[in-house]
Amino acid sequence: MSRFFYSLVIIIIGLLFIGKLVSLQLFYEESNNVESDPAITKNYLYPERGFIYDRSGNLLVGNQPAYDVMVTPREVASLDTLEFLKLLDLEKEEFIDKMARANRYSTRLPSVLVANLSKESYAALQEKLRRFQGFFIRKKSLRDYYTTSAAHVLGYISEVNTDDIRRNDYYIPGENIGRTGLERQYEELLRGRKGVSYVQKDRFNRVIGPYKEGSLDSLPEMGKNIHITIDKTLQEYGERLMNGKRGGIVAIEPKTGEILSMISGPTYDPSMLVGRQRSANYTAMYYDSLSRPTWDRSILAQPSPGSPFKALNALVALQEGAINPRTTYSCDEGFYVAGVKRGCHCGGGVRDLNSGLLHSCNAYFAESFRSFYRKFETTTEAHDTWEAHMKSFGLGDFLGTDLPTGAPGRIPSTEFYDRAYGRNRWVSTFVISNAIGQGEVAATPLQLANMTAAIANRGYFITPHLIKEVEGENTIDYKFRGKRYTTIDEKHFEPVIKGMEAVYTSGTARFLQVPGIRIAGKTGTVENYTRIDGEKVQLTDHSVFVAFAPVEDPKIAIAVYIEHGYYGNRYAGHIASLMIEKYLKGEISRVDLEKRMLEKTLAKEYAKPMSGKPFEINEYAW
Amino acid sequence: MRGNLLIFRLDWISIFLLLFLIGFGWINIYSTTVGNDLSGPLLDLGTFYGKQLFFAILSLIAVILYSFIPDQFIERFSSVFYIIGIALLLGLFVFGKTIAGATSWYDLGPFNFQPSELMKMIVALALAKYLSDTGVNLRYRVHQGYAVLLLVLPSILVIAQPDPGSALVFFSLFLVLFREGLPLYYLTFVLSFILAFAATLKFGMTYTFIGTLALYLSYLWLKPKRLKTPLWFNLSYPSILFVIIASTTWVYNSVFKQHHRDRFSLWLNLETNQDRLLDIKQSIGYNTYQAKQAIASGRWSGKGFLEGTRTKGDFVPAQHSDYIFSSVGEEWGFITSALVILSFVALLLRFIYLADRQKKAFHRIYGYGITSILFIHFSINIGMVLGMLPTIGIPLPFFSYGGSSLLFFCLMCYIFLKMDANRLKTHFD
Repeated sequence: MSRFFYSLVIIIIGLLFIGKLVSLQLFYEESNNVESDPAITKNYLYPERGFIYDRSGNLLVGNQPAYDVMVTPREVASLDTLEFLKLLDLEKEEFIDKMARANRYSTRLPSVLVANLSKESYAALQEKLRRFQGFFIRKKSLRDYYTTSAAHVLGYISEVNTDDIRRNDYYIPGENIGRTGLERQYEELLRGRKGVSYVQKDRFNRVIGPYKEGSLDSLPEMGKNIHITIDKTLQEYGERLMNGKRGGIVAIEPKTGEILSMISGPTYDPSMLVGRQRSANYTAMYYDSLSRPTWDRSILAQPSPGSPFKALNALVALQEGAINPRTTYSCDEGFYVAGVKRGCHCGGGVRDLNSGLLHSCNAYFAESFRSFYRKFETTTEAHDTWEAHMKSFGLGDFLGTDLPTGAPGRIPSTEFYDRAYGRNRWVSTFVISNAIGQGEVAATPLQLANMTAAIANRGYFITPHLIKEVEGENTIDYKFRGKRYTTIDEKHFEPVIKGMEAVYTSGTARFLQVPGIRIAGKTGTVENYTRIDGEKVQLTDHSVFVAFAPVEDPKIAIAVYIEHGYYGNRYAGHIASLMIEKYLKGEISRVDLEKRMLEKTLAKEYAKPMSGKPFEINEYAW
Repeated sequence: MRGNLLIFRLDWISIFLLLFLIGFGWINIYSTTVGNDLSGPLLDLGTFYGKQLFFAILSLIAVILYSFIPDQFIERFSSVFYIIGIALLLGLFVFGKTIAGATSWYDLGPFNFQPSELMKMIVALALAKYLSDTGVNLRYRVHQGYAVLLLVLPSILVIAQPDPGSALVFFSLFLVLFREGLPLYYLTFVLSFILAFAATLKFGMTYTFIGTLALYLSYLWLKPKRLKTPLWFNLSYPSILFVIIASTTWVYNSVFKQHHRDRFSLWLNLETNQDRLLDIKQSIGYNTYQAKQAIASGRWSGKGFLEGTRTKGDFVPAQHSDYIFSSVGEEWGFITSALVILSFVALLLRFIYLADRQKKAFHRIYGYGITSILFIHFSINIGMVLGMLPTIGIPLPFFSYGGSSLLFFCLMCYIFLKMDANRLKTHFD
């Protein structure tokens, strides 16, 4: 063979190699970046989650260290198993099982052997663990609660799921995210921003050093501390009052729209959703479909508001000139609708605005409601006007508060009734129940409290909110500072507030006066129907109460809603009165009243419809 | 006269190419083995790169020493070297040190000495010596037999170590035999046998049998009348082919070891069971896969010296030795990798050119011998790293870590370069 043949072969082989290099290095899909390179691992440095303080600076939520015992199976030398197990308080079978699992996962990478060790066992272990090769402690941070209340407001954090990761690429599996409440609402403030460090790994996935001397790394950004509007003392007190009762309490500072307390009963201790028992606790609550402790009644329950609504209807009638404070209607212990008599508990007689409110006269409000509708040419026009007035109080739609969940309540529209009865085929008598807050209207306790705040402010409210201050930021969102005016002129509020004050001085709540404080309020007793085996059954009424105090310079507006609480001043009225006194005075003078509320539960009432036996409703005896 | 000095008569094109390959090779060994602590001295004999640097210096010393030895010495004693080489290979069976399953080394304290590296050079010399003998003509079968025996004897000894890669290097010297007049049909035979074996594995016995028969009959039918082949050949050649085809399955399943079978099935794409295929890719194909990934991640200009993440992470096994080229690909990128390949090609072409301008047959044949050795190393190693050939453990000359390898490659090349420098002078001796 000639030298040219040899040369040719060498050249061809060289060209083949270069061709292969071209296809590998210039056209091969795999890109050269740090994210996809198996030899580089991104490690995250997590900042401490921000603390949550109450309105006066008391710490509500902090962080606590927790400790996991980790094991790297390959590095485990022979050990005194007996002593080790005693140290960790582990069963032998459990230990063997966990070691096998760690081995299956990786012999070179650490796995969790025991999670969430308590501080005490950590202290004991810390010194001795050094002697056991292959085991080490990983520190992590859990939420630490300095209150047993406000679980619903604060919310909880939990591990991200695949949906969270899809929605927001900030998160990676294993991280925590604010799941409910303020933890969720202010997630980005509280969590801060994690830092990144890139490390170079070898083929066994062991770290061998920083990648490019850490030039791509970033430091974590601390989570921000937030101060919330909740008053810790009032919140805790309210939750004690809710003992054994279902319902919601919302208290607002009218001038600022700050939510002072937000209570849902039954509730739970927020620390139940932290640590080793979290899963068991959550499951137990999740499956409690009767009392539903995870369901926040203060913002999600939407009962008919009942008689407190009368104050609003009075304002609308005054605004539209359908009545004036001196207008009277007579009550025949009831009133007639299309020839059918509907009852009234006020005792009967001639009622004006003041006495109508203080005795909660159904007849007076039904008549004024009708005369309001008569002011307009068509029912549609009248109803649209009514709806607009109602909605200006923040009813019938989401309030826009800073909680990730909520309910709109309902102010039925013209279309709503058109759908039910047909266009122009209904008149005021069809919707007369709205006059007294029954029927189609519905509102959450938060909306009721806000409505009360609007009355207390004589015509405006500020969107109720929980954020008071973010540390390091000058101000809060504008939408929590701007006034939202109602469509009612300021002058119409005085007669209504007078009537509501009379509720306390001489009306339905006269036994609930707080010495030295002028309170305006309104009771509500809401009829309560349910279906049992497909049959409509009436249950014990819901007890509703709204109030604000002091009348001359309102500092608190409150709405209380107690399921099956019977008449308005019975439970709701008691609780509202105690809450006001607690907030304004700091202590309770009416100890008997307080004792009754702390002790009485409604467990018997809630059990009635579940018993399967016939039962009495609205039993008067306590 | 200036030209009388040896240093001015040397072929500096080759020397520059060699210095580039050795220097750049050492840089890559440094990069693959240095780890994260860059503060240590370069000549630290506890490290791979330190040892390699030591051997580079030792090679330089050896080259300088050899400059004072007359060329005749090496020609005259090449038969003695051959006997010593064979003795060294035999001695391994008694005194050898086993590394990674192969008994290929003598333990010399801090260093290990691999006689097969030396033997490559010795066989090239012995072959040159035998073929340059005026009485030897490769047209005679006896001479063919002696020449082949020179190659086969050391091959058998290294296969027994077992080190099939080195055996392949000895076989590469067949290229020299063909260059020197060994009839080409031997090559045709061997290639047809290998082809028959591979085809049987790939397509099955029946199809290969029918195909071979059809090809052979058409050859008999179409061959020119003047081409006369004896009857015994016309019968025995196809018979051997058929025996190979018939015995392929047995050889593959019973003689080959599982890891051989895996390499073949990966290369010829034989495995149909997807799970098993994945298994093979992850075990046998792991090196190749990682090497390819590392090279591919280098793109145009590479990640930079000491910045190769897979190199640093030790993802490619044996990266400082057989898979060193993957480090070039990752850290230096396409342009430099292509430059390395072109340098090898240029060196080989230059050696062929130098070999052909020799006046003495011994020198020419030795030149072709070392060119063949370098060529087989270069093509098998790069082909393996780039995933074009099955995995055969054979180092990349001047690049791969290995002291005796570097020393003997340098010496081997320098012996030839010195012959070339003295090519005009020798006539007057």
